[in-house]
Amino acid sequence: MMPPPVPSSAPLSPPPGPSSPTLLGYLWRWLLGFPFVVRVRGLAMGTVSWGRAMVTAVPFLWLLLFFGLPFLVVLKISFSQAVIAQPPYTPLVEWLDDGVMTLRLSFQNYLLLAQDSLYWMAYFNSIRIALIATVCCLLIGYPMAYGIAKAKPAFRVPLLMLIILPFWTSFLIRVYAWIGILKNNGLLNNLLIGLGLIDEPINMMHTDFSVLVGIVYSYLPFMVLPLYATLSRMDDSLLEAAADLGCRPGKAFLTITLPLSMPGVIAGSMLVFIPTVGEFVIPDLLGGPDTLMIGKVLWTEFFSNKDWPVASAVAVATLLLLVVPIVYFQKVQEEGAKRAEEARK
Amino acid sequence: MRRWRSSLLFTFMAFGYAFLYVPIFSLIVYSFNESRLVTVWAGFSTKWYGELLNNDQILSAAGLSLRIAVLNATGAVVLGTLAGLVLARFGRFRGRTAFTTLITAPLVMPEVIIGLSLLLMFVAMQNVIGWPDARGMTTITIAHLTFSTAYVTVVIQSRLSQMDVSIEEAALDLGARPAKVFFVITVPVIAPALVAGWLLAFTLSLDDLVIASFVSGPGASTLPMVVYSSVRLGVSPQINALATIIVCIVTVAILIAGFLMHRQEKQRLRL
Amino acid sequence: MPVAQGARAQQHSLEAWQDPKARPIVSIEGVTKAFGDHYAVDNVSLEVFQGEFFSLLGASGCGKTTLLRMLAGLETPDSGHIYIDGADMTHVPPYRRPVNMMFQSYALFPHMSVEQNIAFGLKQEGASKAQIKERVSEMLRLVRLEPYAKRRPHQLSGGQRQRVALARSLAKHPRLLLLDEPLGALDKKLREHTQFELVNIQEQLGTTFIMVTHDQEEAMTMSTRIAVMDEGRILQIGSPSTIYEYPATRYVADFIGSVNLFDGRVTGGADGQVFVHCDEVGATMAIAHGEPLTAGTPVSVALRPEKMTVTDVKPESDVNVLRGVVSEIAYLGDVSIYYVALPNKTLVHVQLTNLARHTSSPLTWQQEVWLAWEPENGVVLQT
Repeated sequence: MMPPPVPSSAPLSPPPGPSSPTLLGYLWRWLLGFPFVVRVRGLAMGTVSWGRAMVTAVPFLWLLLFFGLPFLVVLKISFSQAVIAQPPYTPLVEWLDDGVMTLRLSFQNYLLLAQDSLYWMAYFNSIRIALIATVCCLLIGYPMAYGIAKAKPAFRVPLLMLIILPFWTSFLIRVYAWIGILKNNGLLNNLLIGLGLIDEPINMMHTDFSVLVGIVYSYLPFMVLPLYATLSRMDDSLLEAAADLGCRPGKAFLTITLPLSMPGVIAGSMLVFIPTVGEFVIPDLLGGPDTLMIGKVLWTEFFSNKDWPVASAVAVATLLLLVVPIVYFQKVQEEGAKRAEEARK
Repeated sequence: MRRWRSSLLFTFMAFGYAFLYVPIFSLIVYSFNESRLVTVWAGFSTKWYGELLNNDQILSAAGLSLRIAVLNATGAVVLGTLAGLVLARFGRFRGRTAFTTLITAPLVMPEVIIGLSLLLMFVAMQNVIGWPDARGMTTITIAHLTFSTAYVTVVIQSRLSQMDVSIEEAALDLGARPAKVFFVITVPVIAPALVAGWLLAFTLSLDDLVIASFVSGPGASTLPMVVYSSVRLGVSPQINALATIIVCIVTVAILIAGFLMHRQEKQRLRL
Repeated sequence: MPVAQGARAQQHSLEAWQDPKARPIVSIEGVTKAFGDHYAVDNVSLEVFQGEFFSLLGASGCGKTTLLRMLAGLETPDSGHIYIDGADMTHVPPYRRPVNMMFQSYALFPHMSVEQNIAFGLKQEGASKAQIKERVSEMLRLVRLEPYAKRRPHQLSGGQRQRVALARSLAKHPRLLLLDEPLGALDKKLREHTQFELVNIQEQLGTTFIMVTHDQEEAMTMSTRIAVMDEGRILQIGSPSTIYEYPATRYVADFIGSVNLFDGRVTGGADGQVFVHCDEVGATMAIAHGEPLTAGTPVSVALRPEKMTVTDVKPESDVNVLRGVVSEIAYLGDVSIYYVALPNKTLVHVQLTNLARHTSSPLTWQQEVWLAWEPENGVVLQT
């Protein structure tokens, strides 16, 4: 059933000596060089500043070591095979007795990902649920953000605080609350039966519906806040000008408010969509056995099947899937920051 | 016509806030339920609070989580302030794009991927340099620091770029060296952002299940890990009691913060 | 437009910049600074002497603020040198310069009281507590803010904040004070009053001031000398009256006050006068000019609106006369400005002082009039 492993071994020459200028040498020069050639915008404090170099280097190296490097490790392990050993995967590079380095790349994990429909379904389902959840958050969040932005100034801060407050309480516990509400003898079914609307409890727990409810509930603040930020910055006189030029309020909303709030819509949607694709807690607690989502698959591969290489391959594939929206999100963020800076000037 | 529209908006908002708060209130109400069954009301009782306070597993997990959260928040404010300074003050430099990417990527990266990649690296490091020899509080703190630094950086960077740079220039001009300018002028001016960043990092750490599950080792269970394993087994009123306590603490903290801000604002307006 | 009467009396017969033996306190030599491919300051050289109130005047983006920031050490020149008191300061950081700056936004430390703000610089020097206390109260007295010593900046009015910023920047006895649009944030009434106050303080202390401003009236009122800047270069340096009466370029003539400019060619000259023929308006002008110019040189003639007369009677002379029709009259109270259309549609504006109330001027719309001026009242600008 399993395809034979694809050992694409290739003998390589021994590691390059210090004389040959290599990628590593370039990287080293680049790393050493960057803090000293900073183009000083505000404060001129000489060309070489050790303080400045240190300030840059500490967070940079930390993130490189504990955020950048781990991805290379994941990438590396995704090309090895699972074995029962410590650590439970085969080494990628082996030194043979005669000093020849062997690179053993195994594409088996990726083949498995491509051939087993479980993974396809999980990716597809994650994106589907994330999309639906994003749209739901937008539909609920937009009127709320609009309402807060249009509320009397005295009410705005308390209303915003009420949006943020759940975020400060435990995420896990807020998801847990929905178990008590959605299960068969839970609050919602009891209420509906008590009202006489239904006779039999509706099965809501452990379905895609319960997962969606949990996601929309947990990520709603991430949609409302950026939307509020753009809506509250909007100049009311634009709407007055539209009315003055004979535009009815409904049409003014569609032709002026909505297009101008697009940066908020995009930021909010990205903040909901991207983390939702990899979400684990909500599908695990609220979803059923057939709720396949990629975060849960990764978790299962790692903790239950103890297959680190496959889990790594799943992670790499997920990252590839998310790289487009993440890069897009960063671009939008950078542009927003730039525009804000220009507006300040 | 206008009234119709605003009442529609009001309905939407009422529905939205109800959606946000009904689950939390249901947790609180049923934490005082006599019965073990969360959905059947069997009279008022505080016995689950008593049981919670005698649950050594939860208490020690809470202790560990608090220690990690404090360490993490403090470290993240230091790293986040440095990173915020780099982004807000140093202008363009080679590697700025890489730096920005490293800062913003953790904000949207799925937790399972951060957790997995950090664990795999800790294992690899252990094989190569023999450190970390065991996984537990240290590795969890490092992992939390890595992702919460990103959030703190965003908070501090935005405050720094709102700040009038000429205040720092004036201090330089009056003879203060750059490091002194930072501690005597910049830090006091951005203090509210530092506090906000600390609280944010504290909460993020206290709230994290996924990353901690990956990078923790035997014997080191954080509060969310204990809550998770007990929730997986089914609904437990002790968790309701815990939730109620958390909500109370957060609400009181926010009310105090709001009161202090309000008072400061009033002082400012008085003269 | 009337030139604001100088706040400063012309006190010395021989000013420092005219004395060949005087040593400048600031000298800028060939300084250039580029941001990307935009030259903010382009090969600027200038000297400022002890006790001067020197203004850098220009439109926004002309490089005046960048030049000031380089004097403070907040920017480093790409090339060239800056000497203060004879010492090369080009690469000295701001915290080691004997120079202080008053910022446009005042840049008061929001978390410190007025007192603490003024004491900040002295503290950095390591002055004793008693010294600091004495100097702070001295400065508070100077800017008349004694009752406000304990207040925070946000509890002060705009004018009070401006005075705190001044006191703070003067507290360290700087050899040179830099002022970046010091009056820019004040409203018009307060600004006029503060102009005089600032000049009085400068004369009282004898400190050299270099001020950046975009407001020509402010520069004229307060300065001993003005440097007019455009696109990173200095176009002219001179006393306010020199700059106004003898502008060196079209830009300076146009930027300082208002002016009528006529393009033409030199046709000859005699008795210290140059004859210019302007084809466009079909007139010959005789303008006083120091040196004779070769015939055929393209020049511009600049005529200030207050230095011309307008009458409904045709003058006898043919030279320095323009015929036109009144097209607009602007009544400004103290003066009226007549816009006269020449036959070729060029509009010339002329200013007449309204000497008496209710005098119905003989001039009215669409009336044929003659403009005339004396040779000494025009300026020939080489283009």
